[in-house]
Amino acid sequence: MSRMHLSRGRLGWLTLEVGATALIVALLWLYTDTNESYAVAPLGDVLDAFRATWLFEHVGSDVVPSLVRMTLGYGAAIVIGVVVGFGLGSSPVLAAIAAPVVSFLRSIPAAALLPPAIVLFGIGGGTKVAVIAFVCCWPIMLNTSDGVRELDSTMLATARVYGIRGIDRLRMVVLPAVAPRIFAGMRTSLSIAILLLVTSEMIASTNGIGYFVFQAQQQFAVDDMWAGVLLLGLLGFGLNLLFGVIERRVLRWNVRGDGSN
Amino acid sequence: MTARIEALPRTRSGSLLLGAFGVLCALTLWQLAPTLGLVDGDNLPGAVPVLGELFSLAGTSAFWDAVASTLAGAGVGLAIAVVLGVWFGVLMGSSKVAWHALRPTVEFLRPVPGVALIPVAILLFGPSMKSDVLLVAFGCVWVMLVQTLYGVRAVDEVALQTARSYGLTRADRIRFVQLPSALPYIATGLRIASAIALIVAVTAELVAGNDGLGKSISLAQSVGQTEEMYALIVASGILGIVVHLLFGGLEKRFLHWHQSQRVGAER
Repeated sequence: MSRMHLSRGRLGWLTLEVGATALIVALLWLYTDTNESYAVAPLGDVLDAFRATWLFEHVGSDVVPSLVRMTLGYGAAIVIGVVVGFGLGSSPVLAAIAAPVVSFLRSIPAAALLPPAIVLFGIGGGTKVAVIAFVCCWPIMLNTSDGVRELDSTMLATARVYGIRGIDRLRMVVLPAVAPRIFAGMRTSLSIAILLLVTSEMIASTNGIGYFVFQAQQQFAVDDMWAGVLLLGLLGFGLNLLFGVIERRVLRWNVRGDGSN
Repeated sequence: MTARIEALPRTRSGSLLLGAFGVLCALTLWQLAPTLGLVDGDNLPGAVPVLGELFSLAGTSAFWDAVASTLAGAGVGLAIAVVLGVWFGVLMGSSKVAWHALRPTVEFLRPVPGVALIPVAILLFGPSMKSDVLLVAFGCVWVMLVQTLYGVRAVDEVALQTARSYGLTRADRIRFVQLPSALPYIATGLRIASAIALIVAVTAELVAGNDGLGKSISLAQSVGQTEEMYALIVASGILGIVVHLLFGGLEKRFLHWHQSQRVGAER
């Protein structure tokens, strides 16, 4: 009886979720259809533009380059962040020496580094990868180093007693214990990576989703612009979803998760 | 000797000493790289000329105008985000109907990169502070909403029931029970959002060309004033630290229990 009640309740909430969302979309549709502002495009036109552009004509020319840049930069940031983070976390002296410099470097608003990167490395794809890697490595580094420093000393002592050392110690004891912190840093970095990707493509690129959106705006192709914004939204949504799935898989054993949402 | 160095991080003055040593090393490296010809001094001037440039910039009103513009855009946008985020956070945290009705929309919009809206902001407002405000507000509102929501949810059930049995109205319960207990969460949200606000404001200035540090940086780059460009970047980093310390301090004041107990406490 109570189970029936529960499932009916859940169905009710689901109906509310779908219904309310449909209503919001419908209102948006109506609003964009009747709005005269040149910055607003009817939702129907935007969806048409989306189909024409992103299914799949510009996928190879714009989406793939964007994703490649982002993957390379973000990947490099993870490697650098984790490796240096481990170094800083295991040596309090090193950590104290690096602390002010690191906190200064990560306080620079990410996009401010794009102009000097262009001066130093030109506007090629490597520049964007380098900037993404540079800016995204700090949160990962700081969280990794915190995680290593806060390792449970009883756990480490137990591992020592059992003769777990070297690679096994890293793989079976240290890495699982630090992983939630690494993922917390990676989650922060993911949104920075997307921000930098879009910005760098807007100010210095000849392809990519950010470039496409910016060009569309410059040419007052409002439908195309909104279609690009929609794609960037879906990209952000999708990448976060993917991240969540990977995180849950890797941290399956960890009941509390990383505590973040 | 090594033992004495290893004891240093345990005291505050020792940490400061080590930190100062680190800063000195970094500055020396920065100065040596162009001096020894490892990098082209035209593209990356050393620490001395850049910091000198920063010093003389600090005497110009144009510099402080740019700082003020950036702070104003970030501040107003953040304020709007706080009001909207807290309002919707309380709504969704205290009403199951609102939670289910708005959840899918919020879940979709939350990860949308705010900078994707830069072209939209340019179309709507052109290069003006309004662009800054719009983008900052969009970039910050989700953090505030989610933190408030968790804060309202984390309210002590007994306190809430007590308030209910004393006949407090819904509005009073929110005002006297739920909102105060959500304050530490909101403070954490503010700290995270303030960093986002500064990043988004500078980014918007850089791309859209509204007044502020971001625009000054890209201007300096386009006219080849490399030293000024780096000096402005250093200034933006200092600004970032100041904002971080300010809101970090605010968060500490509201810290009722250990930081790691709260969502988003990681850095």
